[in-house]
Amino acid sequence: MSRYASVLDLIGNTPVVDVSALSPSPNVKILTKLEGRNPAGSVKDRVALSLVEAAERDGILKPGLPGQILIEPSSGNTGIALAMVCQLRGYHLKVVLPTNVSPERRQLLHVWGAEIIDSPGSEGSNGAVRLAQKLSKENPEWVFLYQYANPANPLAHYTTTGPEIYRDVPEITHFVAGLGTSGTLMGVGRYLKEQNSDVQIWAVEPPSGEMVDGLRSLEDGYIPPIFTENHGEQLLDRKVVVRPKESIEWTRRLAEVGLFVGISTGAIMCGAVRCAATIPEGQEATIVTIACDDGWKYLSTGAWSDDIDDVVERAKRIIYF
Amino acid sequence: MAITVRIPTVLRPATGGAATLLGNGATIGEVLGKISADFPALKPQLFNDDGTLHRFLNVYVNDDDVRYLGGVDAPVGPNDDVTLLPAVAGGALS
Repeated sequence: MSRYASVLDLIGNTPVVDVSALSPSPNVKILTKLEGRNPAGSVKDRVALSLVEAAERDGILKPGLPGQILIEPSSGNTGIALAMVCQLRGYHLKVVLPTNVSPERRQLLHVWGAEIIDSPGSEGSNGAVRLAQKLSKENPEWVFLYQYANPANPLAHYTTTGPEIYRDVPEITHFVAGLGTSGTLMGVGRYLKEQNSDVQIWAVEPPSGEMVDGLRSLEDGYIPPIFTENHGEQLLDRKVVVRPKESIEWTRRLAEVGLFVGISTGAIMCGAVRCAATIPEGQEATIVTIACDDGWKYLSTGAWSDDIDDVVERAKRIIYF
Repeated sequence: MAITVRIPTVLRPATGGAATLLGNGATIGEVLGKISADFPALKPQLFNDDGTLHRFLNVYVNDDDVRYLGGVDAPVGPNDDVTLLPAVAGGALS
């Protein structure tokens, strides 16, 4: 049955596709879960719905009551997904957004009726988080769902993404995903380890730290509370950093096998291929990765068409992933 | 043979502005211990008082986070590349 009563019912149950053509070993299968099929276009649809529903269950948000305002820092997909959910539920959303995000992201927030509050581009995501925290303290009547610390974020993945992966790929041996809020890795990782403790959980981290000029000292660093509360260091088996150039190279390789996906998916695929390369010869493995979103929002990067070094240079100034 | 250690912008005031340093040792603890002996201001930025790695510092050997490879006891070889990066929320490139 492919008939749905609400756009919100379209969230989740995304397809998984075999991309083993990119695997370095014939014994290692690689599959990727296409989260770009969600209605607002990314894995964050699951999180946004979960955050809003949890707040409604807790009485923090009251469906149907006019004038309710939410605030959330986001350089991308969470803001877009929350905007869509808030529009359907009748809430007003303010998104704190670094000034240097790609133009597509701004436009998508407008599409779903969100208001944008600018934060300094040089301070990146951390700066947006700080400004949202300040504004929510000054306006205690605004609802601050705060995806970095809200247990409803990993819960969305524990109750939906994880079970879907295990249902569709029960032979999974490795799960590879990006580390942002850590919600995907904590939720899916915990679910998969509960089903089969041998499943290895790999995190892929974008090398953002070296480029954030606004970071004045190490003490300005940030570890999402979700990561700490879920004992992330114990849950993860490996964490690798993937460079912008490799991310774009693998985004292009994915297009060669028919997948038009965003740049963070390229980074995750690069991590999955490194993971595959660690599997001893003759041993079979099945790696599942997350394709966080599709490529549409990244067309202005020139990621598929321009000289790769030019794209990397541009990525130092504009937040693309 | 010396091991190259890449220093992030935020730590360069402690290295006299140097973006890379040369260290040696068989484990990451030895390599970082050697460079913090050369640049004492680095030490509290790299290590906690109990000798573990600073909470907001990520250390990678060939782009692999050493916290998952044995921490300060993670082995390093002569051609390995060590990168230090501050912990941030992720997703930001500015």
